[in-house]
Amino acid sequence: MNLDDLADLAAKYRNEAQEPEIEVRVCMAASCQSSGAVPVLDALRAGCGDKPEGNCKVKGVGCMGLCSAGPLIAVAPPAAPLEEAVIYRDVTAEDAPEILASAFPGSTPVERLRCPTDMPFFSRQHKIVLENAGIVDPNSFRGYVMAGGYAAMVQALSEMPPQDVINEVTTSGLRGRGGGGYPTGLKWSTVAKMPAGQKYVICNADEGDPGAFMDRAILESDPHRVLEGMAIAAYAIGANKGYVYVRAEYPLAVERLKTAIRKAKRAGFLGNHICETQFNFDVEIRLGAGAFVCGEETALMASVEGGRGQPRPRPPYPAEYGLWGSPTLINNVETYANIAPIITNGGAWLAGIGTEKSKGTKVFALAGTIVNTGLIEVDMGTRLRDIIFDIGGGIPNGKGFKAVQTGGPSGGCVPEAHLDLPVDYDSLKTLGTMMGSGGMIVMDETSNMVDVARFFMEFCMDESCGKCIPCRTGTQQMHGLLDKIARTEASRTDLELLEELCEVVQATSLCGLGQTAPNPVLSTLRYFRQEYEQQLG
Amino acid sequence: MTLQRTRPDLPSKDKRWKLVNATMRRNGYAGHALIESLHAVQDAFGFLDEEAMTFVADSLDVPLSKVYGVATFYHLFMLKPQGRHACVVCTGTACYIKGAGALIEGIEERFHAAPGETTADQALSVLTARCVGACGLAPAVVLDGNVIGKLAVGQLCDLLAEEVAE
Repeated sequence: MNLDDLADLAAKYRNEAQEPEIEVRVCMAASCQSSGAVPVLDALRAGCGDKPEGNCKVKGVGCMGLCSAGPLIAVAPPAAPLEEAVIYRDVTAEDAPEILASAFPGSTPVERLRCPTDMPFFSRQHKIVLENAGIVDPNSFRGYVMAGGYAAMVQALSEMPPQDVINEVTTSGLRGRGGGGYPTGLKWSTVAKMPAGQKYVICNADEGDPGAFMDRAILESDPHRVLEGMAIAAYAIGANKGYVYVRAEYPLAVERLKTAIRKAKRAGFLGNHICETQFNFDVEIRLGAGAFVCGEETALMASVEGGRGQPRPRPPYPAEYGLWGSPTLINNVETYANIAPIITNGGAWLAGIGTEKSKGTKVFALAGTIVNTGLIEVDMGTRLRDIIFDIGGGIPNGKGFKAVQTGGPSGGCVPEAHLDLPVDYDSLKTLGTMMGSGGMIVMDETSNMVDVARFFMEFCMDESCGKCIPCRTGTQQMHGLLDKIARTEASRTDLELLEELCEVVQATSLCGLGQTAPNPVLSTLRYFRQEYEQQLG
Repeated sequence: MTLQRTRPDLPSKDKRWKLVNATMRRNGYAGHALIESLHAVQDAFGFLDEEAMTFVADSLDVPLSKVYGVATFYHLFMLKPQGRHACVVCTGTACYIKGAGALIEGIEERFHAAPGETTADQALSVLTARCVGACGLAPAVVLDGNVIGKLAVGQLCDLLAEEVAE
């Protein structure tokens, strides 16, 4: 199969589907479902059949981003982007007839439910990873193909030798979106250079950072995009077997991924002889069972192998000695979701977006005390201030901003004074925090920073796997000291001890969990030291 | 002469064992399908007891100690029977900022069950999760598999009381 055949296939699907004049898209991602999107979808479907004005179609789609205003609905011509749609917020089943009556061009939209699409939340985003989210039906293989899906995979298989694929990814400057920021092209070529034989591709969807839901939203909105990225990676490095390691806490994402794998296999886009070539690639899902440390790559592999998720020392890196001892490529969900557009548009295209050392866009999950809670995608190098106050809409209830926490339990807090910094991997590091997977928790002036540090330390203490002593015992001791400070019973010596412990744990722990566990303490000490000192007994 | 490994018989006539066995068969009784198998047991029975762990260990030909190790390592596996209803309070960062702590205290006060405990009448188990990814709805609670968000302590407790009474 080549690109022309795929275009014919998409055209055939389009004919068979009989594209409607207008689409009513209902967000069916986890957050909107919890706010009651299912009855809304049912009510719209029931009322849609008998419209004399023209034909319309109701479809369930993935995340539109503005989770706090769910359930969200977009009314638009087929395949039109979100900015051109009429978006309704906080919709209930009772609103369905009114929405359907005003769906066709020429009629006035229902103003009382309307969510303006010209506000910065929509206009300032740049969607690459999320370009299909909120537009295609995640459960529909045909929908993905009609939206131009699998073109990158077909192009790679039919026109590009594996080395060319790796070259494009290297040129793009893409870096791992799971938090580490390791150059993706370099990782791929390391695995590709290993002697031919059994190799594996793993997708890390064990999104454990509290306050982060980018991977969940991507899997729930556009699972085929991730599978396509994995297949391209497998082709480039010479693997024929892939695993997606997903948290069991994301049942909807698991279900959609299962459907996507089944449908892609049936259509011949996964499995043996993909698209009539010699390339075979099979994907299996592995469920996590609630262990944060499994996001670390060696612990993740131990868990895929059916054991306790405990990390092991590196080197050897998974690229050389991974799953069952075979060379293994591990990338994050968002990294794989970036691959298809890189192949289609060329690596140089992505390299033109973002900052000098961080290319492309990044998906962030905005949460905490902020007006527009939800999922956004912006260019690397966007200022934190723009993200929080323009896109995020600022702090609700007239409160003042205090700090934004990035990078989850491995990251740190950024105060007001540094909000003008452009966000990329390196700039955040200079502030003592990190990109992490992309969770951003905004805190208003009422938050107590010692409490916040204690919260994260309790998390790390609980989630420490217990294999190495600095992390197992160190996190407990640090938590004890933070607790003492929070109860205003600590002395200056305790604070000094805490700082010393931070350094020891950082320097001597086995894996990323322990090495970064002191970060929340160190960063709050750096910017909010007076709060610690005020609470000394 | 090759030794054919014999698989253990199902522990009882309970039909749920067949479900568990089906999962293990689908994975070729491979040792690396241990976590999947334990998920299957928990989905069928609600928790893992010694009988179930022994059965899985024998079927997959892995030591019982390893099964026990895995079962206790992961937070999701329960070694004790759970109540008829399960209320999981999300304690992720966003929910923490929006007052998940107050929810936990409120539930404990009203139903006398702290996180990880089940009420004396086996009606309600209270659990916590490290982020259910519904940060837009913070503070979020998962009640019997349904995510409910943006509730105040009083509202949540009333809702739980209603559920438990049914």
